[in-house]
Amino acid sequence: MAEKIIIVGGGLAGLMAAIKIAESGAKVDLFSMVPCKRSHSVCAQGGINAAVNTKGEGDSTWEHFDDTIYGGDFLANQTPVRSMIEAAPKIIDLMDRMGVTFNRTPEGFIDVRRLGGAKYSRTVFAGATTGQQLIYALDDQVRRYEDEGLVSRYEEWEFISIVQDDEERCRGIVVQDLKSLEVKVFPADAVILATGGLGMIFGRSTNSTINTGFAQSSVYQQGAIYANGEFIQIHPSAIPGRDKLRLMSESIRGDGGRVWVYKDGKPWYFLEEWYPAYGNMVPRDIATRAIFKVCVDMKLGVDKENKVYLDISHLDPQDIKRKLSGVVDIYEKFVGVDPRKVPMQTFPAVHYSMGGLWVDYNQMTNISGLFAAGECEYQYHGANRLGGNSLVAAMYAGMVAGPKALEYAKGLPRSSAELSSTLFETARRKEEEKTEEIFNRQGKENPYQLHQELGEWMLENVTVVRYNDRLWATDEKILELQERFHKIGVGNSPKCGNQIVPFTRRLWGMLSLSRVITLGALHRNESRGAHYKPEYPERDDENWLKTTKAEYTPDGPRFSYEPVEMSFIKPRQRRYDVAKEVTMQNVK
Amino acid sequence: MSNDKSSSIIKPTSKDVTFIIKRSNGPGFSSYWEEFQIPYYPNMNVVGALMEIQKNPVNGKGEQTTPVTWECNCLEEVCGACTMIINGKARQACSALVDKLTQPIRLAPLTKFPLVKDLVVDRRVMFDNLRKVKAWIKIDGTYDMGPGPKIPPQVQEYTYELSKCMTCGTCAESCPNVNEKSKFIGPAAIAQVDLVNSHPTGALMKEERLEALMGEGGIAECGNAQNCAKACPKGIPLTRSIARVNRQTSVYGIRSWLNR
Ligand SMILES: Cc1cc2nc3c(=O)[nH]c(=O)nc-3n(C[C@H](O)[C@H](O)[C@H](O)COP(=O)(O)OP(=O)(O)OC[C@H]3O[C@@H](n4cnc5c(N)ncnc54)[C@H](O)[C@@H]3O)c2cc1C
Repeated sequence: MAEKIIIVGGGLAGLMAAIKIAESGAKVDLFSMVPCKRSHSVCAQGGINAAVNTKGEGDSTWEHFDDTIYGGDFLANQTPVRSMIEAAPKIIDLMDRMGVTFNRTPEGFIDVRRLGGAKYSRTVFAGATTGQQLIYALDDQVRRYEDEGLVSRYEEWEFISIVQDDEERCRGIVVQDLKSLEVKVFPADAVILATGGLGMIFGRSTNSTINTGFAQSSVYQQGAIYANGEFIQIHPSAIPGRDKLRLMSESIRGDGGRVWVYKDGKPWYFLEEWYPAYGNMVPRDIATRAIFKVCVDMKLGVDKENKVYLDISHLDPQDIKRKLSGVVDIYEKFVGVDPRKVPMQTFPAVHYSMGGLWVDYNQMTNISGLFAAGECEYQYHGANRLGGNSLVAAMYAGMVAGPKALEYAKGLPRSSAELSSTLFETARRKEEEKTEEIFNRQGKENPYQLHQELGEWMLENVTVVRYNDRLWATDEKILELQERFHKIGVGNSPKCGNQIVPFTRRLWGMLSLSRVITLGALHRNESRGAHYKPEYPERDDENWLKTTKAEYTPDGPRFSYEPVEMSFIKPRQRRYDVAKEVTMQNVK
Repeated sequence: MSNDKSSSIIKPTSKDVTFIIKRSNGPGFSSYWEEFQIPYYPNMNVVGALMEIQKNPVNGKGEQTTPVTWECNCLEEVCGACTMIINGKARQACSALVDKLTQPIRLAPLTKFPLVKDLVVDRRVMFDNLRKVKAWIKIDGTYDMGPGPKIPPQVQEYTYELSKCMTCGTCAESCPNVNEKSKFIGPAAIAQVDLVNSHPTGALMKEERLEALMGEGGIAECGNAQNCAKACPKGIPLTRSIARVNRQTSVYGIRSWLNR
């Protein structure tokens, strides 16, 4: 019996899973709504973490593991995190062998830099475009397997939903060709979702425009559990834009950039003052809240706006060229000012979702045969992700998901090819009818405008600082938008190449998932990692050291909670004004 | 979708930016130019303007129209998706700032690739070409086999430039030898051969790649117009790569001829 695995998503997670499966000789159908090389992973700038200890600083995988658990405010299950951290140096070796153009030391070894939440240089990088280099290398390897007939690519096809059999096992997917808008069904013995992040729910973010979380939302509505949705990372530094908030990588601070505002007429390096042990290298949730305090509470932001200076004007131009040219170029191109000479002005922006589809240690969701890997699942970052940990988590999860999906498929009593074709045809027809139904909508509402409203509300109320009354009001707003969704008009653009109909479908996905995020935040009455409530400013381990699990019901998400697995490290107070060792002294 | 504002004719104000966009429903349909007036805002880029049209698809005459179809994704000039012809020049719409463009701003699809609709073309051929030239490093497997070969920083600094190619198609658009009548593979794939051949492991398969570039549509069809390197938004030294690969093919050609 020849197993067939479907992978949805051609970012780092999906491509890595594809390579793993093809390498063992099995066949893969790889779907991506954009050519894989244009996936959001290309945006990653700063680099990828691995405790390679090549600077003689005494780094170790244990330190990296501890920083990750501590940085995530103890919300991550520890066993999978530990395995990922231990695999990280080997992943770097692998990417090195694939020819990634990592920066080198004078002797020719792979160079490392520092990112936030760590005292060690453990971030491997290729200039300031690391994600681009990594994904290209994986894409090349997949092309090789395509050449060998093991991988079939379906690029510019959008996943709509999964096909489930009588036992609710996942048996394939329904997809739409984004050029012709034709709806098709593909059977498979296992499906891996590697569909990335959801920044678009917040209107504008540092994410790419395809990052709507639609695929996750769709399977959530089909019964997959969604975990820790309320944990959304706000990156401290981005440049504002009406179309997008462009990230200014943490590596800028890692390589010596300093954050400041004017106070009493003089530059005030508030991160360095408040967090002497880590300075500008505090984790993102800490830096973002500090900026919020300086700008909103103390009203010291640049031009009285929510902006601070990010300064590299004191750095060696040669070093900037070697390590930071990618980001510096972006700033120059979009702002028109040279950061080598004038301090940049940056502000916090929605960046990453720690939450995602619930998966077990084999990366399988609660739906048998449906796996998830990468930013679309929740497993590796707890309540706050450390810079540089996501690239490694995405690739590691792909490395686990691929072989585990294959193993699952091999153990199936009946392969999908043996199932009745009616099962698949029914699933296809259902989605085709739904598409037709959207085509026929000629109401007054414009889906792009509804999206903008959703984004404004989410951004205003469900990001850095959260208040229960506002969260409540936001959920009411989402319900209103869901009402208005039914009055959308899609105009009369012909079918071929139509973009408004697929966008309308994605909008429904965003609305459903935004309720999971908002209500998850409403229920969690504590502050932990990226989730901060002034009404409940402390972490509350007694009541909330647990994973949020949201299940879809027609009346809205139903929440339940699961204890966190802590086999290695006991929770301790998380603070960055002192060295980590100090926080370890009082642990029971 | 009819919006109260859209029923009355919108008069352009000095704060409006005029866009003239080449539109077509796809192959087999005729194309036409449609004008749009978009309210100006500081730091506006072409993608931002297209987004405004999505939210309110009304043309310069105040008529309801269909939203313009175009591609975009990263919006920071690393994914290559939003490449189109802006005022006669192929470039990314995200990094095209309105303040730096003369108005009216004319948008048209790339011409060297099959049209899909409006500003969208099908650039699949660029990915197929990467496959044709075997632009990958053949590793033994993904198992833990230790690090790759050491690479001097000087080599990395050169290859890093090449590895920034986002397959956007700007080089092909600028190249006179990429056209309907020729099969020329174009500059991007050749630079990727240079990239992989420059890697110690990649070099082990060098000949196969050179072979792929020696037949019809291969490197010999480069007419040395040198437009590509100037057009590349990432500043990739494409002409230098073409020269390097050209030398490699000559040496390889002579050697295989001698060994016949
Ligand atoms: C600006 C920026 C910079 C970053 N820098 C870093 C960094 O330096 N270090 C770090 O560790 N992390 C960084 N991150 C985070 C990191 O880049 C991402 O989390 C990671 O790349 C996600 O990889 P992925 O494979 O999960 O998803 P993606 O790369 O987003 O890929 C998702 C894939 O799914 C496909 N897809 C989605 N939906 C569908 C659908 N419905 N149908 C078909 N296909 C679909 C897409 O086409 C795409 O191929 C950064 C993120 C941003 C936004």
